[in-house]
Amino acid sequence: MSEMNTLLFGLVLLLSAVGLAAGLTWFERRLLGIWQDRYGPNRLGPFGALQVLADMLKLLTKDDWVPPFADRVVFVFAPTAIVIAMLMGFAVVPFSPELHLLDVNIGLLFFLGMTSLAVYSVLLGGLASNNKYALLGGLRSAAQMISYEVFMGLSLMGVVMLSGSFSLQAIVRAQEDLWFCVHQFLGLYVFLIAGIAESHRLPFDLPEAEHELTAGFHTEYGGMKFAMFMLGEYLGLILIACMITTLFFGGWLGPDFLPPLAWFLLKTGLLILFFVLLRAAIPRPRYDQLMSLGWKVMLPLTLVNLAATGAVALWMEG
Amino acid sequence: MILALFYVAAAIALLSTAMALSRTNATHALIYLIMSLLSVAVIFFIIGAPFAAALEIVIYAGAIMVLFVFVIMMLNLGEAGQIREREWLKPRSWILPGIFAAALLAELLVLENGLSGTTTGVAVEPKTVGLTLFGPYVLAVELASMLLLAGLVGAYHVGRSFLARDRGVKHQ
Repeated sequence: MSEMNTLLFGLVLLLSAVGLAAGLTWFERRLLGIWQDRYGPNRLGPFGALQVLADMLKLLTKDDWVPPFADRVVFVFAPTAIVIAMLMGFAVVPFSPELHLLDVNIGLLFFLGMTSLAVYSVLLGGLASNNKYALLGGLRSAAQMISYEVFMGLSLMGVVMLSGSFSLQAIVRAQEDLWFCVHQFLGLYVFLIAGIAESHRLPFDLPEAEHELTAGFHTEYGGMKFAMFMLGEYLGLILIACMITTLFFGGWLGPDFLPPLAWFLLKTGLLILFFVLLRAAIPRPRYDQLMSLGWKVMLPLTLVNLAATGAVALWMEG
Repeated sequence: MILALFYVAAAIALLSTAMALSRTNATHALIYLIMSLLSVAVIFFIIGAPFAAALEIVIYAGAIMVLFVFVIMMLNLGEAGQIREREWLKPRSWILPGIFAAALLAELLVLENGLSGTTTGVAVEPKTVGLTLFGPYVLAVELASMLLLAGLVGAYHVGRSFLARDRGVKHQ
């Protein structure tokens, strides 16, 4: 791609990611409504789709308030970190054979780095709010992220071993014969759970657990800054779905009757549906259950996967 | 272009490190430290070590600094901590570190004049790093892993005895 086209594609990517994340708020509420035998937002526009616009207007016109007891600079900075980090993460996603912003041989590590930087948003938001619920939420999220990041990275090493590269395009091409979700199912399982924990979505939303911590790390946030936190969370959800598609479900690979981009979007959309279904179906675990699940089940599973994949890879080589 | 990027990243690294040293508010100091680590990652990327850059972000900025923030949250220092820091950070305490830093700077300047063209940006692939680590340097890697394991076992032991003592008090 020429420089101009890359710039244009970057702009389109930014806008569509933010737009999709906003649209997802309505989509998720509608779907949850259907699964829980109620309507969800259905009043504004066709199927209630204009609810997004109404919500945005409300959030944008609200008073941009900073509590007097908060650490002002950090309080304002915190919500931006998650949005920037998540948007940066989209740079390495391969949407089709040619459609990617950046195909570097550390693509996977870049993604991991960006998701780990997104943690600061929650941490600093909780710390700067100077409120005990926010602080507890931030503390929980710190421990949760640190633990789940460990096996999030480790669960991907099997994929890296089999494809022999950290470049996401190379990983997609390595799945031409067989998608990695077949022989890396343990990796997929762990990465899926760690991905939800990393984006603190509902089964693992202990940092904000509303019935025990009011609203956790964003208790003191409102208006535009609250919207940034939510935007970051939904961007994270889309990014994780994109990564699972790329790493385990063959990315843009698929039969010829649809273009590669359509295959990619289809798979990602199905994964997002699955994430919403998880939110509707699974209750939130207790905090100690979350931690012991992580260290006592997930970590051994990834290590088994790593050792087995390594052994098979060596044996195949001869 | 590359040179300009390098100087911008280097300036941010120097500035944010200086700010990290001089802040009395621990949270602000940490944010500057994270900024400094990120700009060092950019420098690594520019001089042709993308793998080192990625590790700098994933491990230092993404994991170790999160632990630092975690500790600050647990301590919850607040205003009192800031006042105490300000008392500790008197101009007099800058003298010795200043002399050391100046000596290093002088050494660097002397070296710069003697040596020419120290780096000629060669991109290092992740695979090469892995092969070097587990080839000629395998002993060092193993030693480091033993040290980490010892640390892990030690931490586990400390945590256990603390829990046992706590339970003992309850039973009395």
